[in-house]
Amino acid sequence: MSARDEWRPQAGDAAATVERVFREERAAVLATLIRHVGDFQLAEDAVQDAFAAAVATWRRDGTPSNPGAWITVTARRRAIDRLRRNRSVADRTERLAELARLDAQEHESAADGSAIDDDRLRLIFTCCHPALALPARVALTLRMLGGLTTSEIARAYLVSSSTMGQRLSRAKRKIAETRIPYRVPSDDALPDRLSGVLAVVYLIFNGGYAAAEGERLVRGELCSEAIRLGRLLARLMPDDAEVAGVLALMLLHDARRAARVDAHGRYLALDEQDRSLWDQGRIREGLRLLERALRMRRPGPYQLQAAIAALHVEAASAADRDWAQIAQLYEALGRVAPSPVIEVNRAVAVGFASGAGAGLELLRPLLGDPALDGYQPLHAARAELLRRAGDGPGAARAYLRAIELSANAVERAELERRLEALRS
Amino acid sequence: MPKYMLLIYTPVDGPPAGEQEADMAQWTEYTQGLQDAGVLVGADALHGLDSATTVRVRGGETQIVDGPFAETKEFLGGYYILDVPDLDRALELAARVPNVHYGSTEVRPVVDFSEQPAAGDPAQATA
Repeated sequence: MSARDEWRPQAGDAAATVERVFREERAAVLATLIRHVGDFQLAEDAVQDAFAAAVATWRRDGTPSNPGAWITVTARRRAIDRLRRNRSVADRTERLAELARLDAQEHESAADGSAIDDDRLRLIFTCCHPALALPARVALTLRMLGGLTTSEIARAYLVSSSTMGQRLSRAKRKIAETRIPYRVPSDDALPDRLSGVLAVVYLIFNGGYAAAEGERLVRGELCSEAIRLGRLLARLMPDDAEVAGVLALMLLHDARRAARVDAHGRYLALDEQDRSLWDQGRIREGLRLLERALRMRRPGPYQLQAAIAALHVEAASAADRDWAQIAQLYEALGRVAPSPVIEVNRAVAVGFASGAGAGLELLRPLLGDPALDGYQPLHAARAELLRRAGDGPGAARAYLRAIELSANAVERAELERRLEALRS
Repeated sequence: MPKYMLLIYTPVDGPPAGEQEADMAQWTEYTQGLQDAGVLVGADALHGLDSATTVRVRGGETQIVDGPFAETKEFLGGYYILDVPDLDRALELAARVPNVHYGSTEVRPVVDFSEQPAAGDPAQATA
């Protein structure tokens, strides 16, 4: 990995502008340049060159009136230089001619907003192409579309910078060698490919949201990056209900981020959280997006999950939650995206709505499945339901099994506390 | 246009219970379809694993061993070479290979030395 890869603006006025332009425009400039040069690595290097040049030039000559256009033009010229030296790029002659033609134009035709949007969609779909391994899709999406450096991404995923650098180079090489096309998929492939993109964005969010105690500081950034990506997608694809749904879901979860941990770093369940710490702005935005998504009448798993999250935060207090409706939504979710995770959550909701016995009834088929014998949340949920049904010894056994299966120290401590409370 | 090789792997033990083995008519139809689309460069089917002989030269000595180079659960049964614009098209066609519902198709781009006269290129080094 080159030293330039880690470049970040330094202190100072010009540098502050560069920092802002870097965050706001880098992805757009990069997305268009990739289309022109046909090579991820070369385009990325040229854009890095342009930002490095901006720091020196803007400090000396002042900030240009249109910093984004300055970066675009400089990056293109650096790309021409690099392309002249790099003979391994396919269709090099044609690409050089096209770049020279663009450079000769008096006015920046790149000011065409819809063309820039199209390029950014191409970039998103290419970074999330299913021919790339999932960790590579995540890393590439963060690197090309987000504002994180390679070493920041490496820290967030607990690997060394050189490992992350290799993962990124390998992904870029695979795109070039196998000719993964730089385009938005055709209509018949679009639903599948879009759900792949949303899965990558939500995976990035969860990486930050589910971060354990010691990792929260470095990984929290992932939530913000995922929301930024979600907003970009929602702007680029305003008519897609699931795009709005995933953004609503992330906002409604993220709104509770500050309230999820107490002063001692212990995770708090929703009914123990201090609601005054919830971010009302995020909640309002999430609810608004969810409503817009639902009006499109194209339901999907992200909208259903967002609707469940909405019912949790909309209730006047934790005790006022509409468990019957939550249970119904889990049932609908289980139909479109069946998984034991959803079944366990549904049983918990039914347990609150119709009594612990009804919840336990729903767990019965899961308990008979040997593949789920080591699934910790199943035993934890069963313990809670048995306790509420008045079966103390049964609940204790289920708590012990859940504690045994718990990989996370915070979670284990919480289960031990509940087991203790049961015995006293 | 770039070329891709589809390497057709098939389970050593045949298709799992409930899956029909792809028959000759299906292979012929698939191959004809590629031909009609103008993307077929070449294709061959290989004799079974029992026919394989593996050759290595180590320390100047030729070693000849009966059998494939590695024991696997799936073996290479044949290949197609296609001339298509990009990976997405190659993957689409790979998903229609007659035995792909119980075997696997590996898609690999073919190196085009005429298009990549890059540093370290073996064709350049020997030229």
